[in-house]
Amino acid sequence: MNNSAENLRRIQKSLKKRYFVERCFLWSGRAAITLGLLAVLVLFVDITSKGYGAFRSTEILLDIHYDADALGIDNLHDEKQLAFADWDVLLKNALREQFPDASGRKERKQLYGLVSNGAGFDLKERLIANPKLLNTSEKVWIIADDDIDTYYKSWLSGDPYAERMSEKQIQWIEVLDEQGAIALKFSKNLFTRGDSREPEQAGIWGAVMGSLFTLAITFCLSFPIGVAAAIYLEEFAPRNRLTDFIEVNINNLAAVPSIIFGLLGLAIFINFFHVPRSAPLVGGLVLTLMTLPTIIITSRAAIKSVPPSIREAALGMGASRHQVVMHHVLPLSMPGMLTGAIIGMAQALGETAPLLMIGMVAFIVDIPQGFTDPATVLPVQIFLWADSPERAFVEKTSAAIMVLLSFLIVMNMTAVWIRKRLERRW
Amino acid sequence: MPDMKVNEKHVTVGKQFHDDPRMTMRNVNVFYGEKQAIHDVSIDIGKNEVMAMIGPSGCGKSTFLRSLNRMNDTVEGCRVEGEICMDGESLYNTKLDVVELRARVGMVFQKPNPFPKSIYENVAYGAKIHGLADSRIDLDEIVENSLNKAGLWKEVKDRLHQPGTGLSGGQQQRLCIARAIAVTPEVILMDEPCSALDPIATARIEELIKELSENFTIAIVTHSMQQAARVSDRTAYFHLGQLIEVNPTEQVFTMPEHELTEGYITGRFG
Ligand SMILES: Nc1ncnc2c1ncn2[C@@H]1O[C@H](COP(=O)(O)OP(=O)(O)OP(=O)(O)O)[C@@H](O)[C@H]1O
Ligand SMILES: [Mg+2]
Repeated sequence: MNNSAENLRRIQKSLKKRYFVERCFLWSGRAAITLGLLAVLVLFVDITSKGYGAFRSTEILLDIHYDADALGIDNLHDEKQLAFADWDVLLKNALREQFPDASGRKERKQLYGLVSNGAGFDLKERLIANPKLLNTSEKVWIIADDDIDTYYKSWLSGDPYAERMSEKQIQWIEVLDEQGAIALKFSKNLFTRGDSREPEQAGIWGAVMGSLFTLAITFCLSFPIGVAAAIYLEEFAPRNRLTDFIEVNINNLAAVPSIIFGLLGLAIFINFFHVPRSAPLVGGLVLTLMTLPTIIITSRAAIKSVPPSIREAALGMGASRHQVVMHHVLPLSMPGMLTGAIIGMAQALGETAPLLMIGMVAFIVDIPQGFTDPATVLPVQIFLWADSPERAFVEKTSAAIMVLLSFLIVMNMTAVWIRKRLERRW
Repeated sequence: MPDMKVNEKHVTVGKQFHDDPRMTMRNVNVFYGEKQAIHDVSIDIGKNEVMAMIGPSGCGKSTFLRSLNRMNDTVEGCRVEGEICMDGESLYNTKLDVVELRARVGMVFQKPNPFPKSIYENVAYGAKIHGLADSRIDLDEIVENSLNKAGLWKEVKDRLHQPGTGLSGGQQQRLCIARAIAVTPEVILMDEPCSALDPIATARIEELIKELSENFTIAIVTHSMQQAARVSDRTAYFHLGQLIEVNPTEQVFTMPEHELTEGYITGRFG
C-alpha cells in the first residue's frame, strides 16, 4: 500500500506525460484538418480559375437589318416560312457591311466564322418576340464562335492563342475591339441551354434539370422505403436467422460497385419493364437501388441511438408499438436519418457509371421537361465535355464542375437546415 | 455477515394472500435468459392497498414489479412463468390486450424518463393516445390536476411548454408521476419514485400515495424503510429473487417473522 504522499508524487509525475499525449493528439488533429482544408482549397482554386471564364462569352455587336426579302418572308405567322427562312443571311449581310474588305470565297467564309453557327436562331427568336422589327435595323450583341471566344479571352489576358485563327480574323477582331464592338458578356446560354456540339451554344441547364428530376425520383423512393425498412427491421422484425441474413445482405449491397446496379437497371427496368431508356425515371430507379442500403444502415443506427428509456416510458404509458415509433422514435431519429439521406443523395448526385449503362450518356440537346424525357445528368455532362476535343470545352468542363458543386452545396445546406429545424425541438 | 442462505424449498412466511385481491400472482418465475431472477413467488395485492417491496439491491424487486404490467415483454430474453391475474383475468395467457393493461396499470420507473417533449405534452401524452380528453380544455384540466397532485404545478405552471428534460432530476421524477396518474390507472407501480427527491418533495409524494390509495391500488418499491413504514399497508421482503416474508407493515418493522427480514431491517446486511 502506498501512502498518500507517495501517490501524489506519482500522480504529479504522470501528469506531464498525460498532457504531452493530449497535446500531440490535439496537434495531429489540427494538422489533419488543415491538410483537408488545403486540399479543398486547392481543388476550388484550380477549378474556379479554369472555369470562371466559361461564365462569360465573347459577343460581337452587329448592325442587323431584318430584311424580309433576304429572308424570303412575308408573313411572320406562317410557321413554314419561318422554318425555311435562312436566318444566317442576316448575319452574313451585317458582317459584310461591317467589313467590306473581305473578298473571295475563303475570306468570306472566315468572316462568317466570326459568329456562332446557331446565332441566326437567336435573331429568329428576337424577331418573333417583336414583329415590328421586320424591315428595320437594330444593333444586336451576337454570340461569337468558340474559336474567336478562346482567342479573344487569351488575347485579353495578354497571351493570345491563335492556333485556329487566320490573319484576317485577327485583324478584324482588333478593329472590332477598337470600335468597342466586341466584349465579354455574361453567358446566358450556359444556364439556359442543353448540350450542343458548338461549345459557345452548349449549356448546363439540361443536365441540371436531368439531375434534379433524377434525384427527385431517387429521394422520393429511397428515403421512405429506406426508413420504412429500417423501422421494420429495428422495431418490429423478430430476431432470427432470416433477419440476420437480411442484415448481412444489406451491408453487402452497400459495398457493391455501382456499375452493377446499372446493369441490373438495364436488365430489369429497361428490358423487362420497358421503362423509357435515358430518362430520369429509370436513372432515379437505379440510383434508388444504389442509395437504399446507405439510407437503411444510417437510419437503423439513428433508431438504435434513441434511448431505450424513452421507448420504455411510452410503452409503460400504454402506447402501442406503432405509436412508440411514430411519436417518439421517428422524431428523435429523424435528424440522423436525414444525415444518411444527405450522404446517399450526394453519392447519387455524383454517380456516373450506372447511368452510362442505362443510356443517360446520350447527346441530348433539349432540356428535359419531365421524368420520362431523355436526359443526362451533371456528372455525365462533365464526363462528355471533358472528352470533347474543342478547346473551349475545357473551361466549360470546369464550369460544369462548379455548377455540380454548387448543386451539392445547395442540396446539403437544405438538408442541414431541415435537420437543424427538427433538432431544435430538443 | 449472518447466514444469508435461503433454503431451496423455501416457503414465504406471513400473510401473502388477501381477501379482496386486485392482482394475484401464483408461482411466478422470471428468467433473464438462463438466469432466474424471481423464484416461485406467490402474493396478492388487495384493492386499494399500498404494498411496499423492500429488499437488498439486485434481489429482483424491479423485475417483479415490471412483470405486473408486462414491461418485461420488452426485454429481450426475458421469460415469465406462472400465473399473474388482474381482477381474476390472466395477464399472460389470455386475450387481455397489453395496451389496455398498461393503461390500467401505470408505472413510474426507477430512473426518471420524461419524453423529450414539452412538460405539457409529457403529461397530456397518455390522455391523448387513449383519447381521454374531448377538448383542449379537458386536456388542460387533466394536465393541471395531474401536475398538482404530483406537487409540481407551482414550479412549472409558467413553463409548461418548455422541455420536460430541462427539469431537475427530482422534478423530472414528479413529472413522470404526473404523467402516470394523468390516465387514472387502477394500479400504479412505483419503482423507487423518491430516490431522487428531497424530503419535502418526498413528503408530497407520500401524501399523494395516501390520497391515491383511496381509489387505487399501489405497489411501491423503496429502499427507505421509513417510507415503507409511512405509506404502506403491507410490506413484502425479497431476498435473492425469493419472496421471504409478507406481513402488515407494522408487524414487519416491529416483529418480523423471518430472520432474513429481521437482519435486513435491523441493518445487519442489505
Ligand atoms: N435486462 C436484464 N438482463 C439480465 N439480467 C437482468 C436484467 N435486469 C435485471 N437483471 C438481473 O436480475 C436481478 C434482479 O434485478 P432487479 O433490477 O429486479 O433488482 P432490484 O431489486 O430492482 O435492485 P435495485 O434495488 O438495485 O433496483 C439482478 O441480478 C439483475 O442483475
Ligand atoms: Mg430496481
